[in-house]
Amino acid sequence: MRKNSQTGEGRQRKERIIRFFFFSVALTSITILTLIVVFLFWEGLPIFCKVSVYDFLFGRYWYPTDDPPDFGIFPLIVASLTVTAMSAVISIPLGVMTALYLTESASARLREWVKPIVELLAALPSVVIGFFGMVIVAPFLQEIFNIPTGLNLFNASLMLAFMSVPTICSISEDAIYSVPLELKEASLALGATQWETIARVILPASLSGISTAIILGMSRAIGETMVVLMIAGGAAQLPSSIFDPVRPMPASIAAEMAEAPFRSDHYYALFATGVVLFAFTLLFNLVSEHISNKYRQVGAATL
Amino acid sequence: MNKSSSLLRCRKLIQVAVFGLFRLSAAINGIALLVVVYFLVARGWRAINWTFLTQPPKEAMTEGGILPCIVGTFCLSLGAILVALPIGVASAIYLNEYARPGRLLRAIRIGINNLAGVPSVVFGLFGLAFFVVWLKMGVSVLAGSLTLGVLTLPVIIGSSEEALRSVPDTYREASLGLGATKWQTIYRVVLPAALPGILTGAILGISRAAGETAPIMFTAAVFYTPSLPTSVFDEIMALPYHIYVLATAGTEIEATRHLQYGTALVLIVLVFGLNLIAIIYRARLQRRM
Repeated sequence: MRKNSQTGEGRQRKERIIRFFFFSVALTSITILTLIVVFLFWEGLPIFCKVSVYDFLFGRYWYPTDDPPDFGIFPLIVASLTVTAMSAVISIPLGVMTALYLTESASARLREWVKPIVELLAALPSVVIGFFGMVIVAPFLQEIFNIPTGLNLFNASLMLAFMSVPTICSISEDAIYSVPLELKEASLALGATQWETIARVILPASLSGISTAIILGMSRAIGETMVVLMIAGGAAQLPSSIFDPVRPMPASIAAEMAEAPFRSDHYYALFATGVVLFAFTLLFNLVSEHISNKYRQVGAATL
Repeated sequence: MNKSSSLLRCRKLIQVAVFGLFRLSAAINGIALLVVVYFLVARGWRAINWTFLTQPPKEAMTEGGILPCIVGTFCLSLGAILVALPIGVASAIYLNEYARPGRLLRAIRIGINNLAGVPSVVFGLFGLAFFVVWLKMGVSVLAGSLTLGVLTLPVIIGSSEEALRSVPDTYREASLGLGATKWQTIYRVVLPAALPGILTGAILGISRAAGETAPIMFTAAVFYTPSLPTSVFDEIMALPYHIYVLATAGTEIEATRHLQYGTALVLIVLVFGLNLIAIIYRARLQRRM
């Protein structure tokens, strides 16, 4: 009897240790996220001894290797935002409509085909899309629009759109699926057509999920590196037309880091650009988190 | 009566038109995928032969093969999954089996979601500052694998959690009812049942790590090394970086086009192969349950 209770205690202690072990491992993600922030700032902040935060963010000229150098990332920020916005114009309708096709209109057999296609599209390595845009799409655009270079804002947005469609599609799909069936049935029973049901019942009910999907898709587009590095054209200027070459933030970091001397001003400036880029994606993610928590659909009652 | 029937016809017409649009957007995805794959296969297959797959590059990378890149990508993705799988599965076990709802759990989840949203080039910067410089690993297979491992961690946690969630609670209750402890239940009952789902996630994680370029640019990959890696502290060549270098920075960009297409084709065959295995495997699992 005594022995039994002892092993019982031993067992409990062992269980507590195991539980603590898993808890500490689960903290890894937060730890890494913190480390990312710390090290980005650590390597990025020294640039602000040379350039003020305002001049860095809103300076019009990015000539990091000139003498004296200019460290203004405004054209880079504008380029990132424009590319993201233009890709969203393409990817939002395409992604949401594909999600609606998968959930509302496709037969079970077609679904089994379309879904893997979207997944494979998501799996395409970004460097392959970048390569494709560079060697196939760019010459094609150059010819039909008769422009000096096919490596520009438009081409980059187009390719980015295809990278964010799978994100938008799969998260929207989950949101649409989670709309309670009785809402849909009620609408159909009242004589609404399928499309009217989608437009008036299903879309409003899944709006928070679809917004999350869109924001995450845009977050993916703004942080995507290889596509803009290979296709956007690389000119650090404010674009005046959609066929201008631009240099979004990730492209600038990826292209220049190899040449920037270790812990030079240029190196610090690139890390500071990384901080700005990280801040944008963090903002996107926190907003999407907020939306999905605040407007979570709980049954039919909250509609 | 006539008016209302024409209204009905109009509503039905809109219905047909809109559903046509849905079908079209789904088709556009398929067409985009087909076009990309078609061009890579049509222009890349001629480059692929035994020499291409088993020889190192020659003549300043204008001839020869891509063996060091294949080996490099293999090492990096293997290293990444060795880092991400244990941490990811353990995190998922905590989240799904132990954690109680509350502020702490929310913080952990926000951490994971935001880690998933970090741009790949920022992972590269982090890997450079932390692994390469601060931990003094240098540009190496080790630093690259750790960076890629961190990047795939959210993918592994997500898929493992889903796998654990799909194990019915009756399994757990039966085991606990027989007097097993929580850990015995997890180790002997829940994990074996969730294993196929976890493995599917691991395969997808490997394919993600294999295709990433930006995180390894500053941490592991170099333009060219003549030898295969012999230790984890060696620099390495990798398929995605090789495509980028040949297509943008080589001396003979036009002359090496066939090599670029060939390398890209090898990379997508690898990535799609892994994905198809995962997709088919998962479809089987779903049918079984």
